[in-house]
Amino acid sequence: MDQTTTLNKKYISTLSDKDDIGNLLIRSRKLKDRLFKIAAMFFSFITIAMVFLIIGSLLAKGLKQINWAFFTQVAPDTFSAMMAKSSGQVIPGGIVNGILGSIYLVALASAMAVPFGILIGVYIYENSKKRYAAIIRDIADILQGVPSIVIGIIAYIWIVVPLTKGYSVFAGSVALAIMMLPLIVRSTEESLKMVPETLKEAAIALGTPYYKVILRVLIPSSFSGLMGGILLAISRVLGETAPLMLTTLGNPQVNWHIEKPVSAVPLLIWQFYNDPNMVDLIWSSAVFLMGFVLILNLASRWICAKKKI
Amino acid sequence: MTEMNDKKDDSILSIEHLSIRYSDDKLAVKDVSAKVKKKTITAIMGPSGCGKTTLLRAINRMHELYPDIHTEGKIMLGDENIYDMSTINLRRRIGMVFQRPNPFPTMSIYDNVIAGYKLNGIHLKRSERDEIVERSLKNVALWDEVKDSLHSRGNFLSGGQQQRLCVARTLAFKPKIILLDEPTSALDPISTAKIEDLLVELKQEYTIILVTHNMSQAARISDNAMFMYLGELVEYDSTKDMFTNPRDPRTEAYLTGKFG
Repeated sequence: MDQTTTLNKKYISTLSDKDDIGNLLIRSRKLKDRLFKIAAMFFSFITIAMVFLIIGSLLAKGLKQINWAFFTQVAPDTFSAMMAKSSGQVIPGGIVNGILGSIYLVALASAMAVPFGILIGVYIYENSKKRYAAIIRDIADILQGVPSIVIGIIAYIWIVVPLTKGYSVFAGSVALAIMMLPLIVRSTEESLKMVPETLKEAAIALGTPYYKVILRVLIPSSFSGLMGGILLAISRVLGETAPLMLTTLGNPQVNWHIEKPVSAVPLLIWQFYNDPNMVDLIWSSAVFLMGFVLILNLASRWICAKKKI
Repeated sequence: MTEMNDKKDDSILSIEHLSIRYSDDKLAVKDVSAKVKKKTITAIMGPSGCGKTTLLRAINRMHELYPDIHTEGKIMLGDENIYDMSTINLRRRIGMVFQRPNPFPTMSIYDNVIAGYKLNGIHLKRSERDEIVERSLKNVALWDEVKDSLHSRGNFLSGGQQQRLCVARTLAFKPKIILLDEPTSALDPISTAKIEDLLVELKQEYTIILVTHNMSQAARISDNAMFMYLGELVEYDSTKDMFTNPRDPRTEAYLTGKFG
């Protein structure tokens, strides 16, 4: 005890001998710490502010165009838009063709990508140690990195030219489905990994055939994860413009024919951008698109957060 | 070595020269032969990695889930070799309860009990289903606790109640044999005591084979005991004889806590 105290005293005295250097070192450390903290907070504030600025300026410019007609009518021709603008009114009409078109495209794309994606995800999960599964997983990752315009070109030469002989809903939804596929594959695999192995064993110990273990136990147990992944994939492709330009082009009217072109909200934004009289509709369409994607994102987060087994 | 095999033959299950080899040529179970007596509790004991869980799983072929497993020998259930039976029929007759309670989280308590029928696509009349659910839950002394919430999910049940639900799920098939893999290792002492009482109760109708790490549990509830070491069945005798008078020095060393 006594010895330690003397040792401590000795140590403190050596420190105080070099008092200036020690203090200086500590002070400069504290200063660096503070600077770093301030810098980190400053940059994170900029990022947050950016999001709010985007939403704010979209709302400021777009909100006045959002009315009943915006959701129920198609866009007016340039002339009536110009007349309305010069008389100080909001542009009549809306983007119903784009809204319905986007929903149509995404629904069709999901119908193609979801079953495939889930089956592939289940396969990778079940055979995770096999070489073939590892290759599929890598390919899914590569597919996720392919630029969307390239996927658009592929859908153009695979579907538009030989199959539908023109721009079509089908071609557009194939392009979107290819983009959704890797996202769903990976999210399926990840959410299946969350299911405890013991549940699978419980089902097998009851003599359950393999396909029923997957359909009745594994998939229901990871349902919220699967849904979350699907919603996230939908919100990813909802804003895609480039592949749609090459596959479904756009349509001034509402269309339900699978072999005919259809409009989509991001396509309309591009078209409004090219027409000086329609500029106001850009902002309201952007508000709508952003809101839609935001809601899907929040919904998928909410569903994923409910995941508990 | 295996005194039990020579006694009067009222056995229900007969393991004959069973060897199980993993992919890396490691023998998990070495030439085990044993006869399990009807309507008794048989405990399998031994230190970690001695092959006791593999042996238990081999009895309803759950060990085939491990990749590249190689099995030699026979296990006779009555006069049928289980390795010639379909796994559906086999697992209906030999049920299994696991270390951790694993009721299906997406199913109600009611559906959990009849999960075996549902998952195998066996259709039952409503009255039959009700009868099976009530009988199975009464068997595990869970009926009074859950009869008012049969159609809600079992998330609110305690660990011990969940484990009893899992036993009920196994009983619903009216199996001949119930295998339990350390069924109380994840439970508190009170729940453990309830499960032990339950097993002693169930012995009147079913044959129970139980893997346990817990020597005092084996001493409390089992009639016969196997001691395994390094994949070998070292000793198999009535529990009383094994605990009071072990014949193999390795058994004695284990039971007196020299290793394990």
